[in-house]
Amino acid sequence: METLIPILAAAVRSGTPILYATLGEIVTEKAGIMNIGLEGIMLMGALTGFSATLSTGRPWLGLSAAFAVGACLGLIHAFLSVTLGSNQVVCGLAMTMFGGGASALMGRNQVGMTIKGMAPLDIPVLSELPILGRVFFSQDIMVYISFILVFFLVFFLRCTRPGMDLRAVGDNPRAADAMGLPVARIRCTYAILGAGLVALGGAYMSVVYNKFWAESMTAGRGWIAVAMVIFAVWNPMRAALGAYLFGGVDAFQLRLQAAGTSVPTPLLMMLPYILTILVLVFISIGKGRKISLSAPSALGVPFYREERD
Amino acid sequence: MKFRAEKRIDAPVWMNVVVTLLFVSFAFVAGGLFLYTQGVPPLSAYWIILRSSFGSGYDLSETVVKALPLAMVSIAVMLCYTMLIWNIGAEGQALLGALAAAAVVRYFPAESRVAMLSLMAVAAAVAGGVWAGIAGFLRVKWNVNEIITTLMLNYIAIRLLEFFIYGPWRDPSSLGFPMTKPFIDSARLPTLWGTRVHMGLFALLVLAVVMEVIMRKTRWGYEIRVMGDNSRAASYAGMNYFRGVVGVMFLSGAIAGFTGMCEVAGLQGRIQAGFSAQYGYTAIIVAWLSHLSPALSLFVAFLMSSLLVGGAALQIEMGLPLASAAIFQGLILFFVLGGEFFLNYSVRLDLGPAKGPDAHEKYAGGGG
Repeated sequence: METLIPILAAAVRSGTPILYATLGEIVTEKAGIMNIGLEGIMLMGALTGFSATLSTGRPWLGLSAAFAVGACLGLIHAFLSVTLGSNQVVCGLAMTMFGGGASALMGRNQVGMTIKGMAPLDIPVLSELPILGRVFFSQDIMVYISFILVFFLVFFLRCTRPGMDLRAVGDNPRAADAMGLPVARIRCTYAILGAGLVALGGAYMSVVYNKFWAESMTAGRGWIAVAMVIFAVWNPMRAALGAYLFGGVDAFQLRLQAAGTSVPTPLLMMLPYILTILVLVFISIGKGRKISLSAPSALGVPFYREERD
Repeated sequence: MKFRAEKRIDAPVWMNVVVTLLFVSFAFVAGGLFLYTQGVPPLSAYWIILRSSFGSGYDLSETVVKALPLAMVSIAVMLCYTMLIWNIGAEGQALLGALAAAAVVRYFPAESRVAMLSLMAVAAAVAGGVWAGIAGFLRVKWNVNEIITTLMLNYIAIRLLEFFIYGPWRDPSSLGFPMTKPFIDSARLPTLWGTRVHMGLFALLVLAVVMEVIMRKTRWGYEIRVMGDNSRAASYAGMNYFRGVVGVMFLSGAIAGFTGMCEVAGLQGRIQAGFSAQYGYTAIIVAWLSHLSPALSLFVAFLMSSLLVGGAALQIEMGLPLASAAIFQGLILFFVLGGEFFLNYSVRLDLGPAKGPDAHEKYAGGGG
C-alpha cells in the first residue's frame, strides 16, 4: 500500500490536465458544438501559461492568461461553427494544426527554461485521512479547483436554469429557439468558456506539472480528452474517473521506465493510447445505448432559424 | 441595418475558384501579421518559401518529391470523407506500410527488383489497410468514434516504429543512430531525371485516374456517395453499410500504407527516426481544399508541398521551428471554411426599416 499511494497521488496530478480538457469539452458539446481541436488549444494554453508565468513570476497570471487565450480560440471555433455553420470536424483539425504550429513558433525561445510552479498545499484535516488524504488532499490548488469544478458542473447542468438552457440548445435548438432562448449566443458562450477550460488543462501541464515548455508537450492528451467525453457519457463525475484512470496508467508507465524494466520504452509509452481505444470499445459495447441517449442530439449540427432540419 | 444570408442553390465554378483563392490569400495576410507579431519579417519569410520551393529546377523537383505522398494520402482519405467517415490516421497507416515494407526487405530479400518491390507494395498495402480497417470495423460494429481510434492508432504506430528502430531492427553499424540497415538495391524505387523524384510519381498518376473513375463512374463509387449523403437511405436501398465502411477504410489505409512504402523505398532507403513529416495531417487539408476530387488534389498537393519545403527552408535560414508551416495550414483551413459560407449563402445588406421576418423574430422572442 505504501508504494501505491505515491502512484495514486501522481495519477491524480497526471490526470488533471485531461480532466480540465474533458470538462471543457463536455461544456462545449452539451451546447451542441463539437470541438475536436483540443490538442491545439491545450498547446496554446500550455505555452501561454508558461511564458506568462516566466515573465511575471506569478503562476496565477499564467493560468489566467492561458484561460483567456483558450477563450479566444474558442471564439474562433464558435464563430466558424455557429455563425458560419462550417464543418466542425474540419474546423477542429484546423485548430489542432494552428495551435500546434503557433505554440511551437511562439515558444521557440523558451525551450529549456524552467519555472518554480505552484507549491503543494495540504488541506487541513482532510489531508490527514488515511490513504485518501495523501492521494487527493496533498495536492496543489489547481487540483482542488478541478474537484470543485466537477461538482459545480454536475450541479450546474442538472439543477440550474442556465444549465438547462445549455442542454436545451444542444439537444433541440429548434425547441429552445421557440422557447425564446438565444441559441447562437448560448452556444457561443459555452464554446468559449469550454475552450478556456481546455487551455487551462494545457497550462496545468506546463505551469504546475512539468514546469517547462516543450513543442507538442501534450502528446495526444487533447485527443484522449475527446475520447474521455464519450467514456464519461457527458457526465463530469465520470470524466474525473476517466481522467484519473489515464493519469494512473501514465504514472505507472513513467515509474516502470524510471525503474529500468526490461520492457522497451516505446512499448510502455503506447499504453495510454492503447488504453484509450480499449476503453472506448468497451464503453461503446457495454453502454452503446446510454451513449446514444446521453449524447446531445444536435451535436455538431449548425442551427439556423430560417432553415428546416 | 442588418445582414441577411440567403441560401444559394448552387454556386458557379468560377465563384468557387475566386472565393477560395481570395480566402487563401486572406489566410496568408493573417499568417503574415502573426509572423510579424512574433518578430519574423513576413515578406522575407514568404520570399524564402517561394524561392526554396520554386526557385530552381532542383527546388521544383524537391517540391514534387514532397507533393507525391501528400497527393497520395489525400486521395486515400478522400474516400473516407466522401462517406463522412473521418479517417485522420493516414499518418499511422503510412508508417505501418513503411514498417511492413521494411520487414519484407529484412526477412524475405529478393534479387529481382520487380518481385521485391511488388512484395513490399502488397505487404505495405495490407498492413496499412488492416490498421485502418480496425478503426472502420470498430466504427460500424459498435459505433466506436473513428476520429479517436484512427488518431490513437497514429500514436501507437509512431511508438511501434520507434520500438523497431531503437530495438531489434537497429543497424549495428549506425553508430547508435536509430535507423534500420539500408535497403538492398532491388528494394529501392528507381529515381527519375537525376533528381530525387521516384517512380512513385507514375503510381500516383495512375492512382489519381483510377480513383477518379471509381468515384465518378462506378456503382461502388456511387454507393459511397449515397452512404455519405444519407446512410439510412442507402441501407433501405439495399447497400451494405457495414461492408461499405470497412471496405473504404481498408482501401484508404492500403493507399496510405503504399504511400509509406514509396517514401521509404524511394527516398531514404531505410527507416529512420522522424521518417514521416506529418504528411498524414497535411493531406487532410489537401483533400478538403480539392473538394474531394482526386484529380484536383494533384494540383493542390503541389501547392501545399511548397509550404512544407518552405517550412524546412525557414528552419534553416531563419531558425524557425519546422512546425511553423502548420500555422499556415491551420489558417488556410480556417479561412477556406469561412469562405465556404459565402459559397453556400448570398449575404445581403438590409437597409431601412425591418420587415416581415424581423417582426416574426420579435414574436419568437429571440433576436440574438
